Amino acid sequence: MRRWVARAARHPLLWPLITLVLLCVFNAFFSPGFLHLEVRGDHLYGSIVDIFNRAAPLMLIALGMTLVIATRGIDISVGAVVAISAAIAAVLIGGTLVIKDGVPEYVARIPMPLALLAALGAALACGMWNGMLVARIGMQPIIATLILMVAGRGIAQLITNGQIITIYYQPFFFIGNGFLFGIPFSLYVVAAVLAALLVATRRTALGVFIAAVGINPTASRFAGLNARAIMFWMYAFCGLCAGIAGLIICSNVKSADGNNAGLLLELDAILAVTLGGTSLGGGRFSIVGSIIGALIIQTLTYTIYSIGVPPEVNLVVKSIVVFLVMLLQSPTFRAKVFRAGAPAKS
Amino acid sequence: MTAMPKFNLRYLPLAVTVSLFAVMFGLGSFFYAGFFSLQVFFNLLIDNAFLFIVAIGMTFVILSGGIDLSVGSVVALTTMVSASLVEQHHWNPCAVIALVLVMGSGFGFAMGCLIRFFDLQPFIVTLAGMFLARGLCYLISIDSISITAPFYEGISQYRIPIAGDNAISVGVVIALALLAAAIFLAHFTRFGRTVYAIGGNEQSAVLMGLAVGRTKILIYTFSGFCSALAGVVFTFYMLSGYGLHAQGMELDAIAAVVIGGTLLTGGVGYVAGTVFGVLILGVIQTLIMFDGSLSSWWTKIVIGLLLFVFCLMQRLFETRASKREGGFSAFAWLGRNPARAKP
Amino acid sequence: MTQTAPDARPMLELAGIDKSFTGVHALKGVDFRLLPGEVHALMGQNGAGKSTLIKVMTGVHPPDRGQILLDGAPIHPASPLDAQRLGISTVYQEVNLCPNLSVAENIFIGRYPMKGPAIDWKTMRAQAAQILAGLNIHADVGLQLASCSVAMQQMVAIARATSVSCKILILDEPTSSLDEDEVRMLFAVIRGLRDKGLAILFVTHFLDQTYEIADRITVLRNGERVGEYPVAELPKLALVTKMIGREIRETSFRRNRAEAAEVPKEPFLEARGIGRQGSVHPMDLDIRRGEVLGLGGLLGSGRTETARLLFGIDRVDRGSMRIAGEEAAIASPRDAVQRGIGFCPEDRKVEGVVSELSVRENIVLALQSKRGLFRVLPRRRQEAIAAEYIQALGIKVADMEKPVSELSGGNQQKVLLARWLATDPQMLILDEPTRGIDVGAKLEIMEQMLALCRKGMAILFTSSELEEIVNCSDRIAILRDRRKIDEVPAASTDEQAILHVIAGGQAQ
Repeated sequence: MRRWVARAARHPLLWPLITLVLLCVFNAFFSPGFLHLEVRGDHLYGSIVDIFNRAAPLMLIALGMTLVIATRGIDISVGAVVAISAAIAAVLIGGTLVIKDGVPEYVARIPMPLALLAALGAALACGMWNGMLVARIGMQPIIATLILMVAGRGIAQLITNGQIITIYYQPFFFIGNGFLFGIPFSLYVVAAVLAALLVATRRTALGVFIAAVGINPTASRFAGLNARAIMFWMYAFCGLCAGIAGLIICSNVKSADGNNAGLLLELDAILAVTLGGTSLGGGRFSIVGSIIGALIIQTLTYTIYSIGVPPEVNLVVKSIVVFLVMLLQSPTFRAKVFRAGAPAKS
Repeated sequence: MTAMPKFNLRYLPLAVTVSLFAVMFGLGSFFYAGFFSLQVFFNLLIDNAFLFIVAIGMTFVILSGGIDLSVGSVVALTTMVSASLVEQHHWNPCAVIALVLVMGSGFGFAMGCLIRFFDLQPFIVTLAGMFLARGLCYLISIDSISITAPFYEGISQYRIPIAGDNAISVGVVIALALLAAAIFLAHFTRFGRTVYAIGGNEQSAVLMGLAVGRTKILIYTFSGFCSALAGVVFTFYMLSGYGLHAQGMELDAIAAVVIGGTLLTGGVGYVAGTVFGVLILGVIQTLIMFDGSLSSWWTKIVIGLLLFVFCLMQRLFETRASKREGGFSAFAWLGRNPARAKP
Repeated sequence: MTQTAPDARPMLELAGIDKSFTGVHALKGVDFRLLPGEVHALMGQNGAGKSTLIKVMTGVHPPDRGQILLDGAPIHPASPLDAQRLGISTVYQEVNLCPNLSVAENIFIGRYPMKGPAIDWKTMRAQAAQILAGLNIHADVGLQLASCSVAMQQMVAIARATSVSCKILILDEPTSSLDEDEVRMLFAVIRGLRDKGLAILFVTHFLDQTYEIADRITVLRNGERVGEYPVAELPKLALVTKMIGREIRETSFRRNRAEAAEVPKEPFLEARGIGRQGSVHPMDLDIRRGEVLGLGGLLGSGRTETARLLFGIDRVDRGSMRIAGEEAAIASPRDAVQRGIGFCPEDRKVEGVVSELSVRENIVLALQSKRGLFRVLPRRRQEAIAAEYIQALGIKVADMEKPVSELSGGNQQKVLLARWLATDPQMLILDEPTRGIDVGAKLEIMEQMLALCRKGMAILFTSSELEEIVNCSDRIAILRDRRKIDEVPAASTDEQAILHVIAGGQAQ
């Protein structure tokens, strides 16, 4: 029993989980309807469902970001990739009004599956571009992705011609607003990506390979790992995740705005990953932790709204959370504050 | 370049930047009527004075191997505080300016302390600082506050005539004064040289007995001060305070520093290079404006492209350097291996 | 060599120094005396407390107990800078200077000559040139440090250290990346400084160098001082015995050649004219099963480069290779691993172990990467493999889930060896496997190597200690200036003969 407690106390997911639970308890206390769930029609409704639903894009991006950070990288272009993916989907689908059998109906400009594929393909290409710069050319990750962060917004605006493009085609809305078996469709998407990742990192050797590359790329290469390929594909995957998130966001707001879609999302994603216990220094990572991190951020936003604090405070609170989390993650801080002079081992 | 017998390779990136600016300005003069004039050049300075100031602060940060993502939002916060105090609380403008400068420096100082005392990554600390400063803007007001105080309006419109009809703004004078001070700081003071040393090899700098910790704090304090100063100039320029001001300015500043030839790994680069980096960004905008048929988003795409080219160039230099040291390493950017540096 | 009277008043005296880190008692009541005008060698195995002792002297770690006396007065250096101000300067193994700054600035940074508020660059350059000239070095002080050789960088570090009012100079493993000429140059500088009355503390792994330069030796073992001896009164064998604390037959390993020749020697890897522009000149190499091929040569002769070429780290751009009789192109370490080659790199920390991963994960890493992403080793298999090699190689670790970084250098080296043995390799490349590890572990690793060889493995072995090469190899390929100049059977040669070949080649 004691050993079990000791092991739990050292589990990397402990702190993220405690944070999330505390936030939920706080909410349950201050807004009575928080834990309430009800089935209205055939949809599940409730604050918790809402939080999950709204966190979907962030969770997706955080998943991709986790792997990139684990390989000692960072991808600050995800927001721009979201905008590009959304822009392509919006431009290709659009929605033209036609009268069919006397009923007005919107049809897609090109078949929706093709449009979605094109958007995801572009996002994947963006990720591969980042991957090439980092893994092949050897640029610093932050700067390699800065290039796309700057240029990507321009490209997205180029695609939308600087306009906010509204989508009228009904079936597209299902991605971000639809329900399947009573649960928001976007959550299935997140679950699918999460499951795929869990299988890939636990049932194959990918997990240990990524950690090894993140800790010591040279040694990993000398041990016969294709470190560059691993880095490359992690960026590609991150781009793809951002693309999917872009589709969800775009579908959710039924429009694409090259300038503002996914703005500051990269920061939230990095925050989610750090909150989840993955170190920015690379190496060991926690996929589930990042999901919890994303949920913490969304719950925090919800809390701020629900307790009647003006939403402007959100950024301030978020920044304070970041400060707290990074201080708690810093071994130096722990050594200095908690036990002066004692070992800083966790 | 063949005329120069001993052209130092160290100056090559700087030379490329300067020539690039000259070529772009030349192309503009060739294609667009009215482009080639002193006032167009002065307008480059006037419209980018705040970016100059921010980028100069950023140069020190990047030279030390760090990064400061909070600069844009500190500029916004400065405009917001200034506008609020001047317009809503009717403070004396001079007192307000003094206060915001102290505030910006204090902001940088606090971030520097976090980085120094708790070994946190500058990237994440300044990221949080960025959130915080923007959030504080919104706490003051969500809407834009325009400034009508005569002092601000006066300075905003005041032009210092130079060479006939041409003129520069007060902001440019401030920027140029800061530039002179920054060059002196970088090359003729202990602080500046310690910044270079930290960027070259932080561990060595510590062992050589340099005040690494103090310098790190000072670097971010200086960057915070520059951001606040840029905020003051930006307030003169826009005559308003707004939480959405200067969005993405940190990216422009980083881009300017990189295009100016400063190595992102730290230790190599010049303040003067940054000046040309900003000028190049400015000239791109001017070119697109003069053209008229190109949309504003081309600016971003071209800046991205330039960043790419310059980063690629930096990589080529590094690879060449590591090849000269014997043995190609794809991971040279992860750390140098001095043991292998012997041919 | 100047023999200093043993009763001369010490420049630096440490008395009863105690220092503990979490759970480790690194120094136990250590006494130490450093006299003016002497070169004093501090000897001990890894973990004996040498570096801790130096860090106590230079103010990196304050001692828990004990006294530091400088010229008879107690001092309490709080930082390296503080120690430097008191006159104690240190030059570390990895040159701790800033590669992006000029030679002159590296000498003067932190204490620039000022003109008003500004740094006086002109005076600084002139003074720097003067200081270097004082060490008999004439170089362009405006040069960027990164473009100087390691030896030159070391000289700059010494110049920096001695240009302050330095009374005590500590040299921590200064020679490990220098070649013989450079070592000679360095020793000349050291002797010059000693004759000026400086007290010099010299820390090294190289026994020969100790005997060449030192006047007195202090031996540490397990955090305790074993003793302090004039060099002349301490034969090599006695020194080593004191360092490792038990009697050993000889300072180095000697191979029993009688049993070596039983396995049939078919070639495993045949390289014809392989080379790489700017790295090594084309050469032929045959590495046979059941045989150790030694790569001999001075530092910078191309040993490591050749090893890297064979393992695909640097790509071969000329010549051809046959492996087990088949034409084979090795373009990356991955290819090499697939073909049954393993490589223990020279720089364990940077190129070898993956520090935060556990011992188990480090051991199975290469095997897993050989199997690919999808054929995962079950956890039980991993544990079994790790346990097997921990036992077989005598890796000292309580728990295989401990991060490998917590192990000592020698044990890390064994983990690397285990990593490759787990892949059941046909050939192993061991690049300086004995570098920087203590004598005991050295012997064990060499024994392991020969045991593998007896089982039919092909081994390529490089070492900067020629003696080791001669004792362990079957054949020796001799390199000079990145070119293979000769190949000799080890049984019929010795260190002298090889040095002769190297030197003889130079005369041509």
